[in-house]
Amino acid sequence: MLNPFQHLIKKSYTMKNENLYNYILGIADNSLILGQRMGELCGHGPSLETDIACTNISLDLFGQVRSYFQYATKIAGDGRSEDDIAMLRQEREYKNVLLVEQPNTNFAYTLGRQFLFDIYHLAFLKELQKSTDLTLSAIANKCVKEVSYHARFSSDWIKRLGDGTDESKEKMQEAINDLWAYTDELFHQTDADKAMVAEGIGVDVTKLKDNYYREISQVLEEATLQVPGSKYFQKGGKQGIHTEHLGYILAELQYMQRAYPNMEW
Amino acid sequence: MTSTEQNIDERLLSILEQVSDPEIPVLSIMDMGVVRSAVIENGEVKVEITPTYSGCPAMDVIGDDIKKALKDAGYDSEIDLILHPAWTTDWVTSRGRKALEDYGIAAPLDAEADKDVLLNNKRIVKCTNCGSQNTRLVSQFGSTACKAQFQCDDCQEPFDYFKCLK
Repeated sequence: MLNPFQHLIKKSYTMKNENLYNYILGIADNSLILGQRMGELCGHGPSLETDIACTNISLDLFGQVRSYFQYATKIAGDGRSEDDIAMLRQEREYKNVLLVEQPNTNFAYTLGRQFLFDIYHLAFLKELQKSTDLTLSAIANKCVKEVSYHARFSSDWIKRLGDGTDESKEKMQEAINDLWAYTDELFHQTDADKAMVAEGIGVDVTKLKDNYYREISQVLEEATLQVPGSKYFQKGGKQGIHTEHLGYILAELQYMQRAYPNMEW
Repeated sequence: MTSTEQNIDERLLSILEQVSDPEIPVLSIMDMGVVRSAVIENGEVKVEITPTYSGCPAMDVIGDDIKKALKDAGYDSEIDLILHPAWTTDWVTSRGRKALEDYGIAAPLDAEADKDVLLNNKRIVKCTNCGSQNTRLVSQFGSTACKAQFQCDDCQEPFDYFKCLK
């Protein structure tokens, strides 16, 4: 299919390090889409404090995305800006995991999604700090401090809602059960992942898996919630095959570029 | 690469001290510790700044304000945003901490104490209004990325706490 944004992309090119570029986008797209989801709650949070917290997390994630995309523009070297990379892509070109695009069904889903991602994100960034790529390790050094706060915030809420009223417990359990199917994909390797791990740049996500489920289970148990036993998992986001939700997210995210092509902030 | 040293040309110091954080106007960017180097090369000033938080929207404004302040003093300048080493609240100077307190924002504690505070285990953040330690955490996230919300249970004053970042 023809890229409708093609005319906006300034010139054609051959990329020198496509694996690194794709690797950076794989990391950044998770933060971009999750940041957009959390940003949706601006003015709609269940209380003023949680509204501010969700948008603060969104702001941190967008800030991180900027660092990644600024680096990606240097790797691409084709004149595209960080905004071009964020806005001028088709659905299939976004490489985020399915988990982060799941909707804000209710506050339990919002926090459940955040928690299931934060625990992974923090472990991932701790490893990325050791990357031989100095830009990526510098970004990870910066992000790890922010994401520690996110993980603390979301874990606290899982415990509060899980070990709360009958209703909050039921809703929290339902959200975790539903979102569970999207956790396994976090540990799938793409071709870019494998190439970057081999070069000492990337993180071997398969090695994070056991510890991830251990940590998740600990918090869930403390929250008096059940650890879902289901072994049926969804995948595809990392290959650009998304759930129906991403299209709606992009419709909003890309609205200004579609309505006013090439506009700049 | 782990150097936390600042490299500031003394001739530029008084100019840079006039630039403040747009969101906390009492705090100069020098006291905040975000300027990592400022040197004069062939008549042009090169400044390196580092963000407090990745998404801090103040960074763009700070960059523009530095450029303007230097221009007014007769220097052309180039501003670079660097990420490494990552900013920490340890780089806020004692003068900066005092300016925060006077402005009504509780200054960051050390990392261990910060954890206790943000998990609501200990009451050690002093109310910026009455000095009482009978304060409680309202939310881990505040009006800007760098702050948490507190309230004093004695005088009831709500106030910001500048989170410790290490």
